[in-house]
Amino acid sequence: MSQATESDVREDGVIDSVSGPVVTATDLDARMNDVVYVGHEGLMGEVIEIEGDITTIQVYEETSDVSPDEPVEGTGSPLSVDLGPGMLDAIYDGVQRPLDVLEEKMGSPYLDRGVDAPGIDLEKTWEFTPTVEAGDEVGPTDIVGTVPETPSIEHKVMVPPDFEGGEVVATESGNFTPDETVVELANGEAITMHQEWPVRQQRPAEEKQTPTTPLISGQRVLDGLFPIAKGGTAAIPGPFGSGKTVTQHQLAKWADADIVIYVGCGERGNEMTEVIEDFPELEDPTTGNALMDRTCLIANTSNMPVAARESCVYTGITIAEYFRDMGYDVALMADSTSRWAEAMREISSRLEEMPGEEGYPAYLAARLSEFYERAGYFENINGLHSSISVIGAVSPPGGDFSEPVTQNTLRIVKTFWALDADLAERRHFPSINWNESYSLYRDQLDPWFVENVREDWPEKRQWGIDTLDEEAELQEIVQLVGKDALPEDQQLTLEVARYLREAWLQQNAFHPTDTYCEPEKTYRILDAIRTFNDEAFDALDAGIPVEELSDLDAVPRLNRIGVQEDYNEYIDELEADIESEIQELY
Amino acid sequence: MKKEYETITEISGPLVFAEVDEPVGYDEIVEIDTGDGDVRRGQVLESTSDYVAIQVFEGTQGIDRNSSVRFLDETMKMKLTEDLLGRVLSGSGDPIDGGPEIEPDERRNIVGKAINPYSREYPEEFIQTGVSGIDGMNTLVRGQKLPIFSASGLPHNDLALQIARQANVPEEEEGEDDEGSEFAVIFGAMGITQEEANEFMDDFERTGALERSVVFTNLADDPAVERTITPRLALTTAEYLAFDKGYHVLVILTDMTNYCEALREIGAAREEVPGRRGYPGYMYTDLAQLYERAGRIKGRDGSVTQIPILTMPGDDDTHPIPDLTGYITEGQIMMNRDLNSQGIEPPINVLPSLSRLMDDGIGEGLTRGDHADVKDQMFAAYAEGEDLRDLVNIVGREALSELDNKYLDFADRFESEFVEQGYNTDRSINETIELGWDLLSMLPPAELNRIDEEFIEEHYRGDEQEAEVTAD
Ligand SMILES: Nc1ncnc2c1ncn2[C@@H]1O[C@H](COP(=O)(O)OP(=O)(O)OP(=O)(O)O)[C@@H](O)[C@H]1O
Ligand SMILES: [Mg+2]
Repeated sequence: MSQATESDVREDGVIDSVSGPVVTATDLDARMNDVVYVGHEGLMGEVIEIEGDITTIQVYEETSDVSPDEPVEGTGSPLSVDLGPGMLDAIYDGVQRPLDVLEEKMGSPYLDRGVDAPGIDLEKTWEFTPTVEAGDEVGPTDIVGTVPETPSIEHKVMVPPDFEGGEVVATESGNFTPDETVVELANGEAITMHQEWPVRQQRPAEEKQTPTTPLISGQRVLDGLFPIAKGGTAAIPGPFGSGKTVTQHQLAKWADADIVIYVGCGERGNEMTEVIEDFPELEDPTTGNALMDRTCLIANTSNMPVAARESCVYTGITIAEYFRDMGYDVALMADSTSRWAEAMREISSRLEEMPGEEGYPAYLAARLSEFYERAGYFENINGLHSSISVIGAVSPPGGDFSEPVTQNTLRIVKTFWALDADLAERRHFPSINWNESYSLYRDQLDPWFVENVREDWPEKRQWGIDTLDEEAELQEIVQLVGKDALPEDQQLTLEVARYLREAWLQQNAFHPTDTYCEPEKTYRILDAIRTFNDEAFDALDAGIPVEELSDLDAVPRLNRIGVQEDYNEYIDELEADIESEIQELY
Repeated sequence: MKKEYETITEISGPLVFAEVDEPVGYDEIVEIDTGDGDVRRGQVLESTSDYVAIQVFEGTQGIDRNSSVRFLDETMKMKLTEDLLGRVLSGSGDPIDGGPEIEPDERRNIVGKAINPYSREYPEEFIQTGVSGIDGMNTLVRGQKLPIFSASGLPHNDLALQIARQANVPEEEEGEDDEGSEFAVIFGAMGITQEEANEFMDDFERTGALERSVVFTNLADDPAVERTITPRLALTTAEYLAFDKGYHVLVILTDMTNYCEALREIGAAREEVPGRRGYPGYMYTDLAQLYERAGRIKGRDGSVTQIPILTMPGDDDTHPIPDLTGYITEGQIMMNRDLNSQGIEPPINVLPSLSRLMDDGIGEGLTRGDHADVKDQMFAAYAEGEDLRDLVNIVGREALSELDNKYLDFADRFESEFVEQGYNTDRSINETIELGWDLLSMLPPAELNRIDEEFIEEHYRGDEQEAEVTAD
């Protein structure tokens, strides 16, 4: 969170009432969405309503013991984030206070009140190398220099979007703190490595374009059946324990984005700790560096103040936009957007606003779509092309997808990964239901898969889908009469479909090898099952009974491809074994 | 100290509204004197410059406009000392065991502060409960919050007591724990019957567990609103013992359903816009502020493990109380009525049960190298058998293949031999996993596709030859 300087502080007001996270004040001279400091302890809050002399504030910290008559100070600036080197490898709360700095300042493992800290370390020096020289013309968001931020990411120092720009008159090179001027313009504008930006305002871009590159997740069911584009949006709804968080973690680990922003919004503390402990140890499959080097964490867990839960998704997406401006492909995961919506509902009900569906405020749909609209494949103002992909978990009460947050989200996002409690119960993971889920990006991404993986990727995939569809229909009959009553070819289809589910769709996130599956491997597993399918159906046509075809020794090895590191060799051998074993039956 | 007011303007359910002319803190503690020496305690729910809303813990009965209201200038505190061990307290934290007053070392706000996620340590230390349905299939680890989802008439208390009695960390038995951390139990009862409370107390006394326990009791006939503070007193005590005194604390909270009913009552009295089924919209946040007080902290020896118990109204796990709980806790142990009527003890249905911290808490060096694979395979096999049961009802066993019949037998034996063990059997993790192998060996080795070939070779019972053929 960016801090107000002394001179910004404006007229004081006085607290009139306190009810949980909502405080009203009188005589406060503040604008809508301004940050204010509430009470003797200076708790951070934001103006959310102004009516006559009464200003309503949502407070980002616990309000126990705060009482009327205590002072309220305005800062004159809206809730903003600090942008600059030092955001990667960081872990913030919902208003961008670094949690490690808070621990140190508070001297306690518990979160205290009234302690603020800037989002980036303003004392630390970074090595700046200019990429412009005196005489160059630069405009808003143009890159003027670079800083090696982490081994994976070179931070680009840019002209702030709200600068006018003009001719460069001086550049510095060497070690500087974020607030020191590194490039000066003729019009007097001084560029530093530190920018601020109000979180509720989208950072400008030139235009949005149609995305055509997939965000490869390394998860077979996603890449294979329901791919998301770089710049796309996806929702993962599902009841508790169905795998939303594991899927989000998998994406944060293995997605081929340059930058990952992980927003833990109103969820468990231990899940954030897990990321903090795991990510520095894990290797980014594309760069070989520690995953943490490309990751920024925002953790506003369920027991942290509810108002900061409302703001944490905005903090996240604003940081994402800043890296997008540098030309990076950013992926943002928000777990869970339902908690954000509930925070809106909680605040709204304290304000006694007219409730909409299920008590959510009438502006729920608008807020959700504003948020997802900040995703996309962009041409930036500086001419670079880059993307923000947004993947939001949704936690529907009782697992019922007809509720407002799921429904309003589905109207916006283009990828729907429906988690299924039944699959989770039988430990089919990821428990993404292949009948209900969809990706509207599939067609526009096919050319990429054709070019970069295999030419017949779309055909093979379609075969997989058809087989699974057929299985779903056959299962209904099996439920009534048993499997043995089916004709032989249908029994064989069930056998093949079972391998599609077990060897291809299932993937163990906790197995060191299986956790990540490159597109080539995704293709080859599918193709190996296809090989079995074709050989077996030929044999069936030649009169070999289905019992014999279901009882081959080699075939169950399909289920073990996922855990093979040298899968090519393994599959070559396996396919040969299946073929020869079937040949022997003739 | 503020002055006394006789300015009550409205009394509605558990709420009292009074006019004030000096600032009163949000959450501040209030004493209301009914005039005949009866003093009730309450807490400020809303504070404005001219009136306050007070939630009265001990009931508003007998309070009238002439009752006096005194603000204590502080929020609710718990008196803390190691001497609390062995004591029985009321739901408001006052001793009711006839023992001496509590001499606190410290008084601490009961609305605990959130643990900084950066300061947490990821829980991954296996707790052996001796119950196969938990240890084998849904392992508990130190610092986890793992509720029991039950329903009226099911033996959740027997299971909770069994866990409290048997829980230990295996190496410690061999004296390898050099931290010297001790084990303590905090028991928070909310609105349970005297009979249920006795069940716990008798067991604690019989086993000598009381000495290392602190008991908070709010019984069915105690004031409902008090139930909103009982778990907070219990958890404040737990945090103190764990993170200041180094104990491994197991907190049993029962029955969370009564707690949520009390929240609903307060919400209704405040005329709040209700959320699902009349429960407050902030119930998720409120419950999270309790459940998230479980965990481990970097650099501290102790831990807080929570086993909250809730009874699902109408056996419905989509009811807001289990639903919101499941969204916060790290899994759940699901009790099942059918298994109970079949006499399975404990009647745990492992399929909808889950331990989210299991994956990091098991394996080589923690439990056993084959644990994860065996667990995965047993889940898959039991689910398969369960599915086939529906079919058997229609077509009969004869219509099914030999393999299908094996799965059916597996499911039966899984329930009657693996889950069933009685409340006094304490199985080691090794026994549990070996039992798993006994059952899995009913299936042909080729079916064990979730298990590493090496483990099959090592543990599969019976025809060695057969095991090897598919393992190459
Ligand atoms: N891909 C996977 N591989 C292996 N196990 C998985 C996978 N996905 C989910 N699981 C299992 O399911 C459990 C629950 O998953 P997860 O925590 O992601 O659920 P969730 O949908 O986020 O639930 P909640 O809404 O309560 O947060 C995990 O702890 C893990 O055991
Ligand atoms: Mg989750």
